[in-house]
Amino acid sequence: MRIPCPFCGERDLHEFAMRGEAGPPRPDPAAEDAEARFYDYLYLRDNPAGPNREHWYHASGCRRWLVVDRDTRTHAILGVAMAAIEPNNGGEA
Amino acid sequence: MRYSIFSLAANALTGHKHWTPAWRDAAPKPAYDAIVVGGGGHGLATAYYLAKEHGLTNIAVLEKGWIGSGNAGRNTTIIRSNYMLDGNIPFYEWSMKLWEGLEQDFNYNAMVSQRGVLNLCHTDAQRDAMARRGNAMRLHGVDAELLDRAAVEKMCPFLNFDHARFPIQGGLLQARGGTARHDAVVWGYARGASDRGVDIVQNCEVTGFLRDASGAVVGVQTSRGEIRAKKVGLAVAGSTSRLGDMAGLRLPIESHILQAFVTEALKPLIPGVITFGAGHFYISQSDKGGLVFGGDLDGYNSYAQRGNLPAVEEICESGMALMPMIGRVRLLRHWGGIMDMSQDGSPIIDKTPIPGLYLNAGWCYGGFKATPASGWCFAHLMARDEPHHTATAYRLDRFATGHLIDEKGQGAQPNLH
Repeated sequence: MRIPCPFCGERDLHEFAMRGEAGPPRPDPAAEDAEARFYDYLYLRDNPAGPNREHWYHASGCRRWLVVDRDTRTHAILGVAMAAIEPNNGGEA
Repeated sequence: MRYSIFSLAANALTGHKHWTPAWRDAAPKPAYDAIVVGGGGHGLATAYYLAKEHGLTNIAVLEKGWIGSGNAGRNTTIIRSNYMLDGNIPFYEWSMKLWEGLEQDFNYNAMVSQRGVLNLCHTDAQRDAMARRGNAMRLHGVDAELLDRAAVEKMCPFLNFDHARFPIQGGLLQARGGTARHDAVVWGYARGASDRGVDIVQNCEVTGFLRDASGAVVGVQTSRGEIRAKKVGLAVAGSTSRLGDMAGLRLPIESHILQAFVTEALKPLIPGVITFGAGHFYISQSDKGGLVFGGDLDGYNSYAQRGNLPAVEEICESGMALMPMIGRVRLLRHWGGIMDMSQDGSPIIDKTPIPGLYLNAGWCYGGFKATPASGWCFAHLMARDEPHHTATAYRLDRFATGHLIDEKGQGAQPNLH
């Protein structure tokens, strides 16, 4: 598996570490239903067999967080974006 | 037919022409009292104990491929009960006890071999942790022996004792641990269940659940038609999220790839199961002579049943650090399987919030050794609607209530376990 990093170009899987599903942002701890939301955020997963949106860290490269669309059945990379400048990823430009 | 030395001799003298199939390949009936989805070790063991211990014989095991084609065929065949936490030890020890009597119980040679499981330690802190684990095991009546370096040297003289970074200081031995023949376990349970009237239905993929007006599960839709049942149990590790999704359940499970390896056959070399304490690497030698070994997950979600090279490299490096003698052995094959990784590294055997639907999932790396107790406890739960006393901690709601069972102490993220 090779991941095309938007900053470094296509690199070997060796250089990356996966965090998990690029789900909704961390819940607001002050919210009324914070406990239920944190349970969902921390433990529950869609875990699809097919395209999955994931956070990957380019640890041995540019050290940027990436949002990778990847098919879990074939390991095909469908798209890569910087997590920080992608809207709705919980990051800041 | 009951297998014995006499049946073997009689068949040998008649040219082995009269053996009959060990179990019936059944066609599905329209309805059963209970259905177990998943024809692996756990599903077949569940059916076997439902029939044998609870007298439920109008049941079916549904398998989308052929029995034993999933993780029952992928594992590295290790059996052990060297756990530390209260929620785990009684369960895995019950499994070990069932392994010890399994072949007599289901009259099938599962090649259970108690050749010992040795976990090595490389630092003072690690030895202290092993002493603690060994003490916890002995308090629960499980055998454990802390070995010093000299004792390990006597047992395994070929290890790299004076490695510059990871010298071997000793190890924790569970002499009752060992290996078993994974396929024979599947076939033995299938035969035992089939003999008691259980229908084993292959090439029958579950595509949805039948629900009544109250929302309760009352059967399944399959590639071979609708099948109704009052109770449906899922034992589909690797595909738990896919079936959960069909029932509208979002689960604390991720599917990850785990690779395993076997080398060309060698003369007897490695006495039992040996695990490296400074990396994740475990190795044993099959009766055929191949070295069977494995290590960490690849570290990303996958349903592909094949891994990538970085994990291969890391596992082989760990092996070389531990026993450099294997460096010139050629790999015969390696393969990947889909692990049902729960968020705390421990399994789930529980009712779901949906009436009529029961869940056996989240086995992470440790499903094979648990096969007998998993089947025993899941059968108990399905038959009596209450958990077996050794499996009360494996609740589905423990993630919401904070009663996690983090055996390895590595935190709640599947690719760390």
